[in-house]
Amino acid sequence: MSRAAHIRSTLRHPSFRMAMMDMAGTSVGIGAWGLVTGVVMVKSGLSVGMAVFMSLVVYAGSAQLAVIPLMAAGAPLWVVWLTASCVNLRFVIFSSMWRSYFAHLPLRQRLALGYFSGDVIYVSFMQRFPEPRPQPEQVPYFWGAATTNWLAWQVPSMVGILLANVVPLSWGLGFAGVLALLGVLLSLLFDRATWLATGVAATAAIAAFALPLKLNILVAIAAAVAVGLLIEALEKHRQHPDVVLVPPKAALPPEEKRRVAAGDEVPLREEEHP
Amino acid sequence: MNWDWIAPAVAILGLAVITVISRAFFMIPERELPLPDWLKRGLKYAPLAALTAVIAPEILMTQGELITTWMDARLPAVLCATGYYFWRRGILGTIVVGMAVYLPLHIVWGW
Repeated sequence: MSRAAHIRSTLRHPSFRMAMMDMAGTSVGIGAWGLVTGVVMVKSGLSVGMAVFMSLVVYAGSAQLAVIPLMAAGAPLWVVWLTASCVNLRFVIFSSMWRSYFAHLPLRQRLALGYFSGDVIYVSFMQRFPEPRPQPEQVPYFWGAATTNWLAWQVPSMVGILLANVVPLSWGLGFAGVLALLGVLLSLLFDRATWLATGVAATAAIAAFALPLKLNILVAIAAAVAVGLLIEALEKHRQHPDVVLVPPKAALPPEEKRRVAAGDEVPLREEEHP
Repeated sequence: MNWDWIAPAVAILGLAVITVISRAFFMIPERELPLPDWLKRGLKYAPLAALTAVIAPEILMTQGELITTWMDARLPAVLCATGYYFWRRGILGTIVVGMAVYLPLHIVWGW
């Protein structure tokens, strides 16, 4: 199949449209956030041309917002790059999940998928495909979500760059971006472990806010992962194991052996009566 | 000839490389890097923690300090938006409700 035909069939795939519908609500918030990022880039002293270049090439909202003050203050390149890397570390974690869906694709496609995968795409993709197994409709779904996200970010970002001196930041339009992420976050909370992990992450992110390079995000991730694992372990511990009666002289079947090793079962050997 | 544009251009190209490498990180090697099982299970809490860590300071802090007043437009806005989300489960409505509470309080009332 030629490249053009390949792109056409991706665009026509029902999953492509389904992804666009899934992303529609969030797009409004992403757009408001893009608009504000565009305004901030120009207001902090980047030229219009450079701001357009940055938005189109870097395509990472939180990293851009983190490094713009550093670039404006003339910080050394390594500080700028290290800051962006730290802010982007969460994507390194997400990429290990992407791998289970896209590892079979050629390297160039994997890099392209990586470049276009933002937070919101990750969340809606994982809700559609919770099973970490490759399926043919995943690639068109991904590109549907990625296209929506790209347009929802870049178009308002360009508008913000061009209208930087007309849109006052004091209106607080950036809060729409916070609300969009809040909606995405709430869709991830469904049991005690996820609620507690979120509470811990919020506390840790605020307590560690004074750390440089936005490292508080990493502290919050580490704390939430630890608490999530701890709660899973506690809940496992609390459920009472089943007792299985094992006939005398019989060996435990391998399946039962695994359940015993996991602590779900306690074997009890029957007595032998002569 | 003015060379001032070179430094930001180099910085921006480097940032683009960082975007690609960080987002594709574990997809780059051909063979799977072995991760311990507990880490794989723990990583499912990473996205919600990252989102929380990005928005919690935006909601509860001003200029690097925890807010000390209830008269902040963000608090009622977040409460109403959260209430709406669990009522209707729609993200667009969550944003609209939140902004409908936030903007009047923030711009008109000055909270």
